[in-house]
Amino acid sequence: MATANKDQSTKRVLKRAVPDGLWIKCPGCKATVYRKEAENLQNVCPKCQYHFYVSARQRIAQVLDEGTFEEWDDHLCPTDPLKFADKKRYADRLVDEQQRTGLTDASLTGSGMIRARRVAIGVTDSAFIMGSMGSVVGEKLTRLVERATRHALPLIIVSGSGGGARMHEGILSLMQMAKVSAALSRYHEAGGLYISVLTNPTMGGVAASFASLGDLVFAEPRALIGFAGPRTIKATIKLELPEGFQTSEFLLEHGYIDRIVERGRLKNEIARAIDYCGK
Amino acid sequence: MRSPYEAAETCTAFIANPNATDLETMSSTLNGPDFEAGMLEIEAKIRELQAAGLRDESSEQQDLEQQIIDLRREWNRLTEEVYSNLSPWQIVQVARHKDRPYTKDYLNLAFEEFVELHGDKHFGDDRAMLTGFAKIDQYKVMVVGHQKGRTYKERASCNFGCAHPEGYRKAMSKMRLAEKYQMPIICFIDTPGAYPGVGAEERGQAQVIAESMFQMSQLKTPIICVVIGEGGSGGALGIGVGDRIGVLEFAYYSVISPEGCAGILWKSHEHAPKAADALRFTSKHLLELGVIDEVIEEPLGGAHRDHHKMAGRLKSYLVKTLEELKAQPVEQLLSQRYAKFRQMGVYLDGLQQDAAAATT
Ligand SMILES: [Zn+2]
Repeated sequence: MATANKDQSTKRVLKRAVPDGLWIKCPGCKATVYRKEAENLQNVCPKCQYHFYVSARQRIAQVLDEGTFEEWDDHLCPTDPLKFADKKRYADRLVDEQQRTGLTDASLTGSGMIRARRVAIGVTDSAFIMGSMGSVVGEKLTRLVERATRHALPLIIVSGSGGGARMHEGILSLMQMAKVSAALSRYHEAGGLYISVLTNPTMGGVAASFASLGDLVFAEPRALIGFAGPRTIKATIKLELPEGFQTSEFLLEHGYIDRIVERGRLKNEIARAIDYCGK
Repeated sequence: MRSPYEAAETCTAFIANPNATDLETMSSTLNGPDFEAGMLEIEAKIRELQAAGLRDESSEQQDLEQQIIDLRREWNRLTEEVYSNLSPWQIVQVARHKDRPYTKDYLNLAFEEFVELHGDKHFGDDRAMLTGFAKIDQYKVMVVGHQKGRTYKERASCNFGCAHPEGYRKAMSKMRLAEKYQMPIICFIDTPGAYPGVGAEERGQAQVIAESMFQMSQLKTPIICVVIGEGGSGGALGIGVGDRIGVLEFAYYSVISPEGCAGILWKSHEHAPKAADALRFTSKHLLELGVIDEVIEEPLGGAHRDHHKMAGRLKSYLVKTLEELKAQPVEQLLSQRYAKFRQMGVYLDGLQQDAAAATT
C-alpha cells in the first residue's frame, strides 16, 4: 500500500486552515498571533494555548515517528448511494471537498511507529464535510480495527468530527456507528489497547460510537465534545447553557475523559500509555 | 447523526404548558394528518348512520345498512389509494400518529405477560425506556422498548420517547441479565431521538449509546429489533443491534429527523418534506439499502386504525423469528450478527475496480 505524498497535501491543507498572511487572529484570546510561531507549536496559540485545526496528515506527522506512516485502504472512495441532493448534489459536493482538502474522504488510516512501537492509527479530518462518518469512514475504520486485532497492534483513533454521522448517506451512515463499534468490541475481547483522542469538535454519531469506546480517552484542551449540538439543546430546554458546557474540561469533570492532553505532549502520552499496558 | 430538535421542541412545548386538560382535549379532537381527510369524512358518516340505526327489521334499517356497506367499500377503495401513494413525509406523519400503537400496547396485545423491571441501578428509572420479562407464545423473553406515552401525563413523564443515559443504562443492564439466562431479547424502537439536554450530556449520552452497541454486538443470546414507529438516529440504534431487524410498513429509520436535516441543509425546518424525500428512510428504501431484514405489513390505513390486527402480525413475526434464532448455536449467531452489520455501507473500491478492469 502506497505511502501518499505527505508534503504536498500537508501544505495544501495548512493553507486552508490558517489563513494566508504573516499574522492570524486567535479565536481563543482574540490576539493577533505571528503565524510562523503558531505553526512551530503544532498550530497552538503561543498566547493562550488555543488549539487550532490540524489536518489528518499533519496530525499523523505530529504523532508518528518521521517517515513511518504506511497508509491503508486509500483506494476506498465515497459514492452517492441515495442520489442525495440538497442545495447541491452530494456527488458534486464530494468532488469539491476532495479538491479543497486533498483527501478522498474524511479519514486517513494506516500503521506507523510511535517512539519505535508499531501502532494502528486512524484520524478523522474535520475539514471534509465536517469530518462526518459515511460509508468510507466507517469501512476504513472497521478495517483498521480488524487489522489491529489480527496483528495485535495498539490502536489509536484521533477524532475531529463535528458532523457526526453523515446525513448525505442517510441510514448507511448511521449503521457505520454499529459496524465500527462491533469491530471494537471484538478488538477489546482480543485484549487490544485502544486509545481514543478527542479533538475539536467531536459530536453526534462519532462521539456516540468509536470516539467514546477507548480503553483510554484523551482530549485536547477546550475541544467541543458531545452528543447533541449546543444549539439543539438550547432550542430544546430554552435556557442558557452552563459555562464551559460540552468542553473537554466539562467532560473530565463529569468522568468521561481520562486525561486532557496538550498537543505538544500527545505523542509522549500515547507512548507512555502503551508502555504501561504492555502492548 | 444529529438530534431531532423539531420533535424535541414539540416535547418541551408540551411539557412547558401547564394546562394539561386543554392539551388532552385538543389532541383527542385533532383529526389526524390532512391526507386522511377524505377517509375521516367517510368514517364520520358511517358512525352517524350507525348511531341513527333503528336496530329492527324495517326496510329503512335495511336501506341504512346498505348505505353503510357502500360507504365501507368506498372507504376501502380510498384508503388503499391514499396509503399506497404516501410520500416519505406523509409516512413520517403516520409513524408519529397520536393513536399509533406503542411498546406498551404491544405488550398488552401480543404478549401473555409482562413483568416490568425498573431502574438502571446508577441514577434513575427512565420512563422513556420500558424493560422487563415477558411471555410470548411458549417463549420467555426480555423486552426493551422506547415508550412515548398516550396521555399527556404519560407523555411528559416519558419525554415523548426521548431516552436519557439512564434509559440506555437500564436497557443494557436488563439485556445482560437476559444473556445470563439465555433469554432472547426483543427491542421495540420508537423514538424521535435520544434526549438532547444538559443532564443527558452530563451523564454521558454519547458514551452510553456507544457502549450499548458495543455490548449488543456480542450478547450471547438472540436479539430481535423492530422499528415500530420512529427510528430516530443514535437514540434508535442504541437498542438497534441485533440478529434480525424488522420494520413496520409505515415506520421510518433515519440518520437524522427530517426537520433537523432541513434545518441544517436547507436552513429551514419548513423544508422537512424535501429532506424526507432525500433521506430514503422508509421501510421500502431500508430494505433496498440492505439495512433491515423484513418489512411487517400494517393493516389497511395504518397500525393506528387496528391495534389488534397489527399486534397479531407483529406476534407472528416475533414467534417465527424466535423459532429460527433459537435453533442456531450461539457462536453462529454472533458471527452472523457481526457479518450482518459488517456488510453495511456503499463505497467504491479502487483496487477491485482495477482488478475488474484488468480481467475484462
Ligand atoms: Zn490565543
